[in-house]
Amino acid sequence: MKTLLQLSNIFHDRINTIKSIRNMKLITHNMLTSNALKTVKEGYPLQIYVDEVKQVDVDFQQQFITKTVSKLNWKALLFGAKCIGHSEGLPETLPENWESNDELLKKLHHVLLEIEVITGSLECPETKRRFPISNGIPNMLLNEDEV
Amino acid sequence: MSEISIKTPSFNHLSAADLDLIYAPSEDTFLLIDALEKDLKEIFKLEPCICLEIGVGSGVVITALGSALGPSSLYFGTDVNEFACKKAEETAHLNGVTLKTFCCNFVDSVPDSVKGSIDVLIFNPPYVVTESDEILSSPLASAWAGGEKGREVIDKLFPSLSSILSPRGVFYLLLEKNNKPKEVSSILEQFGIFKSQAVIDNGHGKKNCRV
Ligand SMILES: C[S@@+](CC[C@H](N)C(=O)[O-])C[C@H]1O[C@@H](n2cnc3c(N)ncnc32)[C@H](O)[C@@H]1O
Repeated sequence: MKTLLQLSNIFHDRINTIKSIRNMKLITHNMLTSNALKTVKEGYPLQIYVDEVKQVDVDFQQQFITKTVSKLNWKALLFGAKCIGHSEGLPETLPENWESNDELLKKLHHVLLEIEVITGSLECPETKRRFPISNGIPNMLLNEDEV
Repeated sequence: MSEISIKTPSFNHLSAADLDLIYAPSEDTFLLIDALEKDLKEIFKLEPCICLEIGVGSGVVITALGSALGPSSLYFGTDVNEFACKKAEETAHLNGVTLKTFCCNFVDSVPDSVKGSIDVLIFNPPYVVTESDEILSSPLASAWAGGEKGREVIDKLFPSLSSILSPRGVFYLLLEKNNKPKEVSSILEQFGIFKSQAVIDNGHGKKNCRV
């Protein structure tokens, strides 16, 4: 019998054949923690290491970006932006009236939706366990002895 | 007849070779979409902010929901199959939906702060009754093989459910008769706060649980 992690490796070769399109964005980073690891308390936010990034064009939709930002953890967003070298112009805390701050919203749109990590890894802040990002998909699966 | 309908996403980009590695959109897939369609008005009223599908597979279910609800919600998918994650994003993208996926067991890698704010949670699980060791026998088997009563995988999710859903959250779980939907209801009730209703359809039970 195999473990989930071993099974998942079988897919790597096949994914390489998809010349595609969408990869990990900072929105996803905001949704990920390593606290399923047995000794980890918070495991958040994860450090991002980038090997390969890509910039894409995405239409700016004010309503979408406002709603998204209101749902995200600002600290983790800022930390993620720093990791990928795109935190310039982002304030330490979300200022009042940010919803009507066009310039800020455009910047957030760019960093959240237009920067994509194709290859790299995410690192647990407590144990330094690394999770691979390959073909734009973060793989958070753990070995049985890690949970 | 409901006035709002859900468009079935197109998925003809999935090749035969792709479908050797991921669960092909099947009868149960479309049943789940039908269930969402039936409840679409209710779902609209929730004004969901985060919709997440566990075991996203080809991605057609969450894509269908995403194209009906539009970009006022964020859409996420998880799968233990990395290839499925990639394909699901592709399906969504081709149908004009922004879906982000990641490879993990259920929602294990989602932080608690986010878990409690999932408004719509969807799962078409591996539910076919099989031998226990069939579940991890191959990548594709893990898409449908459910072990004893077809429940070995699903049952592991239940304990964490109440912390995943937002206070107004809804959970759509696809089951069939062999999974003993009634038993599932009472398990869910044990974990607290669930009212569930089962709809039997073509031998499939569809469960719609609310906090
Ligand atoms: C029956 S298929 C459904 C696929 C797709 N949602 C659909 O309706 O067509 C079940 C999916 O769940 C995934 N899966 C199985 N066990 C899982 C787990 N523990 N966590 C996340 N996904 C899982 C499988 O890889 C497969 O893609």
